[in-house]
Amino acid sequence: MSITAWLDEVLTARARLAVLGAGALLLVALLFPLWEITMFAQMFPEGIRMSIFAHKLVGGNAGADLQGINILNHYIGMREIRAADFPEMKFIPFALGFFVLLGLRAAVFGRVHQVVDLLVLFGYFGLFSLAAFYSRMHAFGHQLAPDAPIKVPPFTPPVFGHQHIANFDVYSYPGPGSYLLGAYALVLAAVLATAVRRERVRVAAPKTAAAA
Amino acid sequence: MLRRLALGALVAAGACAPKSTPEAEQGATGRLADAREAAQRTFVEPGKLDEFYLFYSGGHSGQVYVAGLPSMRHIATIPVFAPYPATGYGFDAESKKMLGGYTWGDVHHPAISRTRGDYDGRWLFVNDNANNRLARIDLRDFKTRQILGPIANSSGNHGSAFLTENSEYALVASRFSIPLPRGTWAPLSKYATDYHGVLTGIKIDSATGTMSVGWQIVTPPFDWDLASTGREISKDWAVWSAYNTERATGRLEVTASQRDRDYMTFVNWRKAEAAAAAGKGRIIDGVRVIDPREVPGMMYLVPLAKSPHGADFSPDGRYVVGNGKLAPYVTVFDFQKFLKAAEASDTTGSEDGIPVLRYESIRVAEVPVGLGPLHTQFDDQGYAYTSLFIESAVAKWKMGPFDGHDSSLVVAKIPVHYSVGHLVVAGGDTRHPVGRYLVSMNKLSKGRHLNVGPSQPESSQLIDITGSGMKMIYEAYTEPEPHFAQIIKADLIHPIEVYPKAENKDPNAIWAAADGKVTRIGNRVEVKLFSIRSYFAPGEIDAQEGDSVIIHVTNAEQERDMLHGFGLAGYNINVVMDPGETKTIRLKADKPGVWPFYCTNFCSAMHQEMQGYLLVKPRGAAATVAAK
Repeated sequence: MSITAWLDEVLTARARLAVLGAGALLLVALLFPLWEITMFAQMFPEGIRMSIFAHKLVGGNAGADLQGINILNHYIGMREIRAADFPEMKFIPFALGFFVLLGLRAAVFGRVHQVVDLLVLFGYFGLFSLAAFYSRMHAFGHQLAPDAPIKVPPFTPPVFGHQHIANFDVYSYPGPGSYLLGAYALVLAAVLATAVRRERVRVAAPKTAAAA
Repeated sequence: MLRRLALGALVAAGACAPKSTPEAEQGATGRLADAREAAQRTFVEPGKLDEFYLFYSGGHSGQVYVAGLPSMRHIATIPVFAPYPATGYGFDAESKKMLGGYTWGDVHHPAISRTRGDYDGRWLFVNDNANNRLARIDLRDFKTRQILGPIANSSGNHGSAFLTENSEYALVASRFSIPLPRGTWAPLSKYATDYHGVLTGIKIDSATGTMSVGWQIVTPPFDWDLASTGREISKDWAVWSAYNTERATGRLEVTASQRDRDYMTFVNWRKAEAAAAAGKGRIIDGVRVIDPREVPGMMYLVPLAKSPHGADFSPDGRYVVGNGKLAPYVTVFDFQKFLKAAEASDTTGSEDGIPVLRYESIRVAEVPVGLGPLHTQFDDQGYAYTSLFIESAVAKWKMGPFDGHDSSLVVAKIPVHYSVGHLVVAGGDTRHPVGRYLVSMNKLSKGRHLNVGPSQPESSQLIDITGSGMKMIYEAYTEPEPHFAQIIKADLIHPIEVYPKAENKDPNAIWAAADGKVTRIGNRVEVKLFSIRSYFAPGEIDAQEGDSVIIHVTNAEQERDMLHGFGLAGYNINVVMDPGETKTIRLKADKPGVWPFYCTNFCSAMHQEMQGYLLVKPRGAAATVAAK
């Protein structure tokens, strides 16, 4: 099996449809939070929430929680969390649109290498976004105002998992949006895996014929 | 002492060791079994919610108290007719204007708005017996939103607020008669002819709840007491009891207790409404006042024993119970028989042209409930409950059959502590009572509580009315002084917890610290003040002596229970802003000096730091310079 030949292989109609469908997942992902941070404390038994969408920041409790979180954070000198300060919220929707278009290309021209391009670029995009998210959390927790009423040692709020900060239990986990992005990558990988299997069968077939 | 200890030991033994001696068990079950059951019926775990709201009238405190049932825990006080610094009521411009300069009221009869005769949980209307006013509390936020009055021509608004079947009207009656219009002079010797009582229909806007005076009926100078509104067959009618039908003055306890029977009046409020719309009657002090003689069929009198108090329609509107106060029985009138007698003009006389119908033609029972019957409420099982003031008890009796065996209708009686006035059953004045609980609101507590000195609270006792009997299960004390109350299932009310920012239409509301500012125009200083945990912005307000200062303070929080206060030392001001609320404070800066203001409603760890200064510069620059 030659890699270059395989990369030029034509996708089946089913695979093309799968690539198109995967693009739809990206669009649906815009409707759901990518990440969700929930904070519990004795006087917040129901928790206060912040949901990070691809393009916006939404507080729980009909939006009120975002101001609530900012009010709490201001005591330790953390700067206000505002959607406007997240460049990610501009580039992520742009990137998702880009992947949908690139997916159209793969669906129309239907070459294996076009799907490989998609998956590699998408993987890079995913890792970059995660790293950006981490660095943003790091910045929020480290760039604390020196005149804050309550001085705390710099910290990084949890990016994944649970952390106990002062009187709060903070939980940070991917939201449905991220699972949809993950599903997108899985569909692309499945398309490629199917293409690999077909190539193996195709390469093996003449031998079988010769043996007969 | 020894015997008490011994009893204590027995009770303890009964509690801890069920398999103890027979004597111990007997001693224990006599009291403890009931107490256990009562405790189980009334105990509401920390963090769990009560099943019912209880809205108590606060009497001459001017306020309304809110408690939960069955726990009887006091939850909140809703200020209505008196300033209440705890919630800042009566200090900001809006509530001050509503109070109209009065600093007290006398709340007697709360009424939850109703649709088809059942509570709809939208508003609570309460009367002011003292200054002839009526207030509306919005149950969306438990705040007083309107105070109507003093109502023209009406004096001593006791017989309200009673609402018609679909809250079309709140009905009001004058307890005191005066020469009309208010301000007219006539000697007391002319009381019988020149003084008049007034019944009033207060129109309620069905969308907003806004009240306005609809019409009035001028009456003989009786003391109108309590009312009830009809349902179904009687839905166009209301009844009021009257005492002092002797038209007496002087020492009323004697002079107004001479007739064996006073009256209950039956008023067709639809006819009154139509007569007013048709322009009948005349305008007195801005209100259309109808003379019953001009509108036949609108108003009737029925004799009722003696010095009556409560008048109460049965849930289905078929019967009316008159509570005789000085007679040892309640009188049951059949509304159908009333209609027949009215139609047939079956009269025994008239009072100022108002027909008096034949008592015997309408009365179907005189139920011997006991001494001093004051008020009757109903449950969902066909029972009525009457408070017996003199006897200090509540009687439970069956609403029929009314076949002449009146004494067999009384099924149970329970002593209360002491001298019960009103009683209230869950939904007990609606088309479909809920029953289950009755609260006996007793006028005297006589030391049933920890001794707090001579000024004693009232006692309210919770009685389980399920089944055929009655069981006392709890007791609480209330500040003076509950009269009537309303019990409503908690799930019929859905209050908000914060004022949504989007709904704040106050043009002076601000939502960012940067928008807080002080503007001076001439000698007027207008402040937009921002408040949030844990600061005011700006924290400094500068004024000159003699300035008028207007402060619009917004609580920018949107979090539940995050209230801020604005207390200003030396200027007698304390306002509390709920989350999302803007309040306006007006003051005359007539005291030079530096006056701290601070957050009065504890908000956060930095609450104590939430403060600022009003600096009032003395008149005359020289003085200022000299001071520096």
